[in-house]
Amino acid sequence: MTWSEVFELLSVGFQETAWMVGVATLLTAVGGLLVGVLLVLTDRGGLLPAPPVNAVLGLIVNVGRSLPFIILLVAVIPFTRAVVGTSIGTDAAIVPLTIGAIPFFARIVESALREVPADVVAAATAMGATRRQIVGKVLLREALPGLVAGLTITVIALVGYSAMAGVVGGGGLGDLAIRYGYQRFETEVMIATVVALVVLVQVVQMVGDVLARRLTRR
Amino acid sequence: MIEISGLRKTYRSRKRSVVAVDGVDLHVGEGEVFGVLGQSGAGKSTLLRCVNMLERPDAGTVAVGGLELTNLRRERLRVARHGIGMIHQHFALLSSRTVAGNVAFALEVTGAPRAERKARVAELLELVGLSERADAYPAQLSGGQKQRVGIARALAARPKVLLSDEATSALDPETTESILRLLLDLNRRLGLTILLITHEMTVVKRICTSAAVMRDGRFVESGTVAGLLRQPGSELARDLFPLDTSASVATAGGGVTIVDITVSGDEADEPIIADLARRFASDVRILSGSVETLAATRAGRWRLALPGAPEDNSEALEYLRKRGVTL
Repeated sequence: MTWSEVFELLSVGFQETAWMVGVATLLTAVGGLLVGVLLVLTDRGGLLPAPPVNAVLGLIVNVGRSLPFIILLVAVIPFTRAVVGTSIGTDAAIVPLTIGAIPFFARIVESALREVPADVVAAATAMGATRRQIVGKVLLREALPGLVAGLTITVIALVGYSAMAGVVGGGGLGDLAIRYGYQRFETEVMIATVVALVVLVQVVQMVGDVLARRLTRR
Repeated sequence: MIEISGLRKTYRSRKRSVVAVDGVDLHVGEGEVFGVLGQSGAGKSTLLRCVNMLERPDAGTVAVGGLELTNLRRERLRVARHGIGMIHQHFALLSSRTVAGNVAFALEVTGAPRAERKARVAELLELVGLSERADAYPAQLSGGQKQRVGIARALAARPKVLLSDEATSALDPETTESILRLLLDLNRRLGLTILLITHEMTVVKRICTSAAVMRDGRFVESGTVAGLLRQPGSELARDLFPLDTSASVATAGGGVTIVDITVSGDEADEPIIADLARRFASDVRILSGSVETLAATRAGRWRLALPGAPEDNSEALEYLRKRGVTL
């Protein structure tokens, strides 16, 4: 295999990975924030205490987190088919990626929100802020640096998960490494893919760090 | 302005329950500065948090500005809270917002229009002397400056009442003094009613017109500072003016009468001891004592030694009593 062929493969793999991880990240950010905020709100002593809801939500999150991703990938195939219309391909891989990452990010959101000092929340309550204002202007805003750092971790986890997307024909860099590098002993492809993945993760981490630092006013 | 009666609050955990506030009655008049003094764990923080319903009392009623808060619906309570400012021991500022942004937050909460907010923020920062630091973040401020932001924020919605939760406890003595001066100034200029809790006697001494001593969830004494000073055996008076009770004199022949006297208000400015000496030709000696300027009054406390046995001094003692001195 010539280097230009390797480069061609890498380019396609990178685009597939970027698409899968990018879309899954957006969906995860929305879903994870929602679940994370709900976990904090419904907690005993939260702004909207509902211990039964909290317990059920916590259980679902834990189930989601305990399943190995490869199992989840296969288990949600019927759901994927219902949503995307097909269970194979890059778009289809986005569904299990998102389902796998939401519980992960939700827990990160939960712990970031808990870092906001209780007296700051109490102060906002004492000022007569609505719950919506407290969530938006106090909890989420104060936790923003932590949320950005948490989302960075989630993106990198998604890059890792996406390596398994090959199982459902999702393609991507990880799939490339497995098919060419591992199964066909094309060492060059393997090395090139690994380097590409390292660079990708490095860039994501750096961008996340810079953003989180800029947002920190402590 | 603040009426509390029969207030009780118990914290229950699985194993045990702790009675934090055990039947407190409290009346704070308009324009008063009322201090609740107590050790940590006395229940004073819970008491304060019950005033704006940050804690729901188990029993009793709380009314602020004539409005009963204990049975208000959520939305009406939220609006009522705009009229009750609160400042906190650890300032509780939003770290992601500037000084101006923190004050603006309190106005956003009340739904004030943007144009109005800007002018009001400038006005409030002027009031607390922080105009130059409007664009600084809380992390760049000193403790005293942070508390000034807290005060500006608390006053944003023009409340009639300010609750102060150990507002100076995290500050050094000098900064404490400047914050207390600011609070006193606001009390006088705006007619702001202040209910504060503290474990520092200085706070009560400097700014309170009335005070209560709290222990184990109860008020063990309460009243105006001047009144408490006159009250024999008052703990507050004793703590305000620690008198060296070991001071005594060698009894010469004929014995000696030792009296502790407390004067407050106008009498504190009169030459009581000189009058006593002149009138009874008594070789009165001062064993220990002090005179202090309090927020509402001036007061003095002395331990005197009069020559002769108590029965020989009955006239002199009677004279002191007539002059409004507490023995």
